[in-house]
Amino acid sequence: MTVYAPPADTPNADTASARPRTYIEAGYTLRSWLLTTDHKRIAILYMVSITGFFFLGALGAAAVRLELLTPKLDLLSADGYNRAFTLHGVVMVWFFLIPSIPTVFGNFLIPLMIGARDLAFPRLNLLSWYIYVLGGLFTAYVLVAGGVETGWTLYTPLSTKYAPGHTVMAAAAIFVVGFSSILTGLNFIVTIHTLRAPGMTWFRLPIFVWSHYATSVILVLATPVLAMALILLALERALGIGVFDPDLGGDPLLWQHLFWFYSHPAVYIMILPSMGVVTELVTTFSRKRVFGYEFVAFASIAIAIIGFLVWGHHMFVAGQSMYASMVFSFLSFLVAAPSAVKVYNWTATLYKGQLDLRAPLLYAMGFIGLFVFGGLTGLILASLALDVHAHGTAFVVAHFHYIMVGGAVSAYLGALHCWWPKMTGRLYSEFWGRISALLIFFGFNITFFPQYILGWLGMPRRYHSYPPEFQSWEVLSSAGAVMLGVGYLLPLVYLLWSLFYGPRAPANPWGATGLEWRVPSPPPKHNFDEIPVVTWKAYDYPPAREEQG
Amino acid sequence: MTSWLPFWPASASAYADRVDLLVWAFSALIIVLAAPVIIGMVWFAAKYHRGSPADRSDAPTRGFWIEADWTVVPFLLAMIFFVWAAHLYYIVRTPPDGAMEVAVVAKQWMWKFQHPGGQREINELHVPTGQPVKLTMTSQDVIHSLFLPELRLKMDVLPDRYTSIWFQADRPGTYALRCTQFCGTDHALMGGRFIVQEPRDYEAWLQASAVDGTLAQEGERLFRRLGCSGCHGMNSAVHAPDLAGIYGTQQPLADGRFVLADDRYIRDSILMPKRQVVAGYEPIMPSFAGKVSEEEILRLIAYVKSLPREGSKQP
Ligand code: HEM
Ligand SMILES: [Cu+2]
Repeated sequence: MTVYAPPADTPNADTASARPRTYIEAGYTLRSWLLTTDHKRIAILYMVSITGFFFLGALGAAAVRLELLTPKLDLLSADGYNRAFTLHGVVMVWFFLIPSIPTVFGNFLIPLMIGARDLAFPRLNLLSWYIYVLGGLFTAYVLVAGGVETGWTLYTPLSTKYAPGHTVMAAAAIFVVGFSSILTGLNFIVTIHTLRAPGMTWFRLPIFVWSHYATSVILVLATPVLAMALILLALERALGIGVFDPDLGGDPLLWQHLFWFYSHPAVYIMILPSMGVVTELVTTFSRKRVFGYEFVAFASIAIAIIGFLVWGHHMFVAGQSMYASMVFSFLSFLVAAPSAVKVYNWTATLYKGQLDLRAPLLYAMGFIGLFVFGGLTGLILASLALDVHAHGTAFVVAHFHYIMVGGAVSAYLGALHCWWPKMTGRLYSEFWGRISALLIFFGFNITFFPQYILGWLGMPRRYHSYPPEFQSWEVLSSAGAVMLGVGYLLPLVYLLWSLFYGPRAPANPWGATGLEWRVPSPPPKHNFDEIPVVTWKAYDYPPAREEQG
Repeated sequence: MTSWLPFWPASASAYADRVDLLVWAFSALIIVLAAPVIIGMVWFAAKYHRGSPADRSDAPTRGFWIEADWTVVPFLLAMIFFVWAAHLYYIVRTPPDGAMEVAVVAKQWMWKFQHPGGQREINELHVPTGQPVKLTMTSQDVIHSLFLPELRLKMDVLPDRYTSIWFQADRPGTYALRCTQFCGTDHALMGGRFIVQEPRDYEAWLQASAVDGTLAQEGERLFRRLGCSGCHGMNSAVHAPDLAGIYGTQQPLADGRFVLADDRYIRDSILMPKRQVVAGYEPIMPSFAGKVSEEEILRLIAYVKSLPREGSKQP
């Protein structure tokens, strides 16, 4: 079976003159990449570095899962284990989940989707990437120097007084990478406000752009709080200023408030862009307008705003007042409502569509299934008496992996498959794309479903040894992780392959309606020879076309 | 509960049963809310895949009422569960009067318990059935969290603060006791046994581990040894407040405010006496920070608590 038909035209040589020069052909030297201000090239720089961090984080997960195969501590040392899951958490959250979709796909697609030639501040965009890399170097230093054993949440006073590892350096890495986020967020907000093409009104924007707008607002408002908290943490550790240390009159819970004030909204930083991606995938591959476009757009904004008010649901058993807990629980239920809207709207979008069951749609449907499950178990955690039991156990690990790995990583991969032809000008193997989507879906469930049960049985998280009766579930989980790992490695192989051997992609391989599909694949350096004038609604698919006003 | 694939934790109290009932109901809710999505996706994928002859006329792209329905109905359903769960939480956060109090001190990486009669144990907690028990907890170093899975209960244990949980265990047995707040190197080993006994057996256990004094008596000895009695004693020449009967009352402060004399207040008064000075007294009390351990403070609190109200006779 030859999945890869030899390309009809050989790269570059004779056909190049017929096509406009693509952004990739705009320069071939390393320098032309490292000094580029083209949003598309910067997106590629991000893609390469983020992929590296993803596999670094995966290494930490592999160590954790191997250790947990047996009830006893036998592979790593106790601190070795603690360092492994801290590395895994820090890298996955700050160097993969938060930046991934915005910096890769937001960067590449937002200007194309709104009909602009670049982001509002191209040089700032490049600077953001360098800051990201600098933060990454700090992390690499921590890794080489021995690691940190505080968990990614860095709870005080453990992190300030009792953990011997390189906590200050790790905090510095997070601090630095936060600046990269802030700059990216600012850039997106200004771009979406000022650079929309004529006729591209707010209600003609793709949902992808709406969700990035909402995400950027959170990035800009929440990240500074984290930055401030990290400075306090570093000062406390270095100088003992007594903000968190109870012996000096500080408050050990203050860190948790500051941390979650950022990190709860950060969960939406991780998931809103994914929701944007999934909305695009669902409409594109069912060739139908998003059901309830306005609802879906406003739901993003509602989630972003209410998301700031629920941080206390991480602290139901931390000793905050009972009434505070009740308010936070109520608000958490409230924020779930707009998320539910989205899920039902996606499903309704599929109704009576022309469903093209390719890899991107499979990823999107996988996302929806896992997100529903992760979201509803989130409601369990938002329910006071149930959280009292489930908090701090593997149940929580299962919940956030359903949202962030089942959700955000599936969406990232769905986006990768959908826009790969646009970014690279090459088609990948549909067969292997579907295989990887299925492997990831099933591997994921085998890995993480057992953790719901383990957690409810009373298995705490961050344990290197555990009661032997839990072993069968742990083994099942590790077996699933192998399958999941293979699922994640496959795209690396066939996508790289397609770069060299894949058939050339037409401008619009999926028959989609967005502006980005109206320019050649890959797009020329300045995106549009002439700035388009938009006269149609977003998702202008046939049935919608008739009701056009 | 040692089946090959254990599925549900044992339950040692009526409260735990109530939590379990809520979880079963919640699971039903999850299925009800998720089913339309999962069935819908699979069904549409089968029926409307590209090139299928299915009828696609009048495909809707919006519908205010249906959207309002699927926003409001799940939300209202979820609200029932919010109230239900909040009610149970209210119960665990409001201990009944007269609960037996056990003092808990956590440290990297062990649990120390002390019973009202003074009996001490490490990484093991014995309690009688049918008797409300309140744990008053504090930590010597980092934040820990006491988890009693068979009671569906947990509470963080913080340095410099008292937190508490209460429960009434109903079924004798030996259960788990774990730490669920990551607390450093041996976090995973910071566990023990939670032993629920019939009252007779518990009595027997208390006798077998008898000590030479109750918590309050130990506190009284400390009160003398540390020199507290020199100022706070009945016949002392120094002008210091009499501690008899203050526990649980509102104390007037020099700055005009009032403060509830609870565990936390007494602890603060020992460690940071200048912070809250009682009206009418000079701030002359020295701080005992660094001179008393958390366990000693708990004993002192027990002693102060045991002092009868002024004028009333001890029964
Ligand atoms: C094969 C895939 C993965 C496996 C097997 C895995 C496994 C685990 C396990 C067992 C833990 C819990 C450690 C503990 O609390 O004892 C954990 C924590 C975590 N994982 Fe994963 N994980 C995987 C993928 C991911 C991905 C892709 C992300 C994000 C993109 C992620 C984000 C996190 C985070 C944020 C934590 C919390 C770390 C902490 O507790 O400090 N994981 N993971
Ligand atoms: Cu602990």
